[in-house]
Amino acid sequence: MSMSSRRVIEVALTLLAPAILLVAWELISRSGRVNQVFWPPPSSLWDTAVKMVRNDGLFTDIRVSLVRIVGGFLLGSIPGIALGLAMGLSWPVRVFMMPIATALYAIPKIALLPLVIIALGTGETAKWAIVAISIFFLVALNTMSGVLTLDPVYRDVAHNFQASRTQLFFGVALPGSMPAIFTGLRLALGFSLIVIVGTEFLSPSQGIGALIWKSYSILAIKKMYVGLILTAILGWLLILALDLVERLVVPWNRSTS
Amino acid sequence: MAVALAPHAPVIAAPASTGAAGGAAVAVDRVSRTFAGPHGDVVAVDDVSLDVAEGEFVVIVGPSGCGKTTLLRMIAGLETPITGRILVSAPDNRPVRNAMVFQGRSVFPWLSVEANVAYGLKLDGVSRAEQREKTSNLLSLVGLSRFAKAWPHQLSEGMRQRVAIARALAVDPQMLLMDEPFGALDEQTRFILQEELLRIWEATGNTVVFVTHSIDEALTLADRVVVMSAQPGRIKAEIPIAFDRPRDQATVRSDPRFAEKFATIWSLLKEEVQEARRSAGEMVR
Ligand SMILES: Nc1ncnc2c1ncn2[C@@H]1O[C@H](COP(=O)(O)OP(=O)(O)OP(=O)(O)O)[C@@H](O)[C@H]1O
Ligand SMILES: [Mg+2]
Repeated sequence: MSMSSRRVIEVALTLLAPAILLVAWELISRSGRVNQVFWPPPSSLWDTAVKMVRNDGLFTDIRVSLVRIVGGFLLGSIPGIALGLAMGLSWPVRVFMMPIATALYAIPKIALLPLVIIALGTGETAKWAIVAISIFFLVALNTMSGVLTLDPVYRDVAHNFQASRTQLFFGVALPGSMPAIFTGLRLALGFSLIVIVGTEFLSPSQGIGALIWKSYSILAIKKMYVGLILTAILGWLLILALDLVERLVVPWNRSTS
Repeated sequence: MAVALAPHAPVIAAPASTGAAGGAAVAVDRVSRTFAGPHGDVVAVDDVSLDVAEGEFVVIVGPSGCGKTTLLRMIAGLETPITGRILVSAPDNRPVRNAMVFQGRSVFPWLSVEANVAYGLKLDGVSRAEQREKTSNLLSLVGLSRFAKAWPHQLSEGMRQRVAIARALAVDPQMLLMDEPFGALDEQTRFILQEELLRIWEATGNTVVFVTHSIDEALTLADRVVVMSAQPGRIKAEIPIAFDRPRDQATVRSDPRFAEKFATIWSLLKEEVQEARRSAGEMVR
């Protein structure tokens, strides 16, 4: 099979599953067996979405959530990568950090929201912080495992060529753990979205989670669905963007090329 | 491109200019090394003494697990002996540069083929222009010019091993430590690279310590074959190979002493391999 025909099939298959879901939903909704107030057909949501863009500033909500996600993601993942590399390369750091990392890793992150609000209030800083805290150890632990599973022969080669510690770090440990780092980042990005939508439920002023929650509380069910679908699309686009970054940063990885 | 070379057909070029590094001498003096294993300590190398002269080509053979890699790593300074000393020196007391070709996969997957070859040069702070020139000479030596920009995962195992060899040669080492470097290659490529290695060695006068499982390969390359015994690794015999130089595949095999040397080494090795199998069987039981 040629590469281009495979690509066509890939795209078709990718779009097929959501298409099937939407068609099934549409059919069930129109069958008359369910209450259309709570299960509106997806085809009717388009008009709602257009009205929301005109009257409710839908794009503002999307932008607000997106900025929180990306901001919190960067705020948590960059130090997470740094800590993970340190934990992978130095056993005292690893032993010292491991209890905290594994314990906090297991806490449902949204449970930390009250603490974050006490410490930082309800502004944007708190939103960034809750995302950053949620993903920090996830990224760190994935990065650490990337360093630890790196074949020791690469370190030997570097030593044989008299590499300094800095050269070992930037020339071997960092690039060698990149695939594992990106595995962590992909998980972290999903978490960021979950956490920010949850946070916006609990302190609903702006953002896509606030939109969903407020629509639900006034039984504007169609608006709620628009919010849900947008959240799904947003998550998908964010992962696509991360894949693109990975292809640029890790062009040598067999699974990305 | 005018001529499509088969990817595994090395271009035979003149040996890359390797700034006439000269050789280093090695004195391994009663060296032992143990490792903690699951059933207590494993003696990997036991009281080994071995002298390698400047510019000598020494080949080490021995059953699997007898400590060949450990010995090589200690000579390279990557591992420290528990007892004994290893002295590596160059004639006029210059600092000695060794380069090791590691057993198995050692090419950095995150660097392109040419960046892998240039790795040591880059660490040495060699100018870009010189890096480029040396890298392209070495790539044509190992027959990979067309793959300079490729990623290692796009190459075959044998091609990757040639990258590792080129990477080691790039820094003009006075001593090459090669751990089964041709083990993953097809026979024709192996023959050609053996001959190339001999040309490079003759041109540079560097010292080579080479590990192999192939008696054939040992006889083709060596001034002296060192046979190690099954674990714990000791030196069982040292056999000088005085075939005429320069050698190639044909001259070595047509030498009347070839069969005799082959038989000697094989009988020594056979005992050790059987011994290794026996003790492995005992450990299982
Ligand atoms: N880092 C290590 N930790 C524990 N044991 C080791 C280590 N390196 C080597 N050994 C043990 O030392 C012994 C010798 O190993 P070595 O790799 O030197 O053998 P070898 O002669 O190179 O074998 P092969 O021909 O299979 O490559 C083996 O029993 C091995 O298990
Ligand atoms: Mg070995």
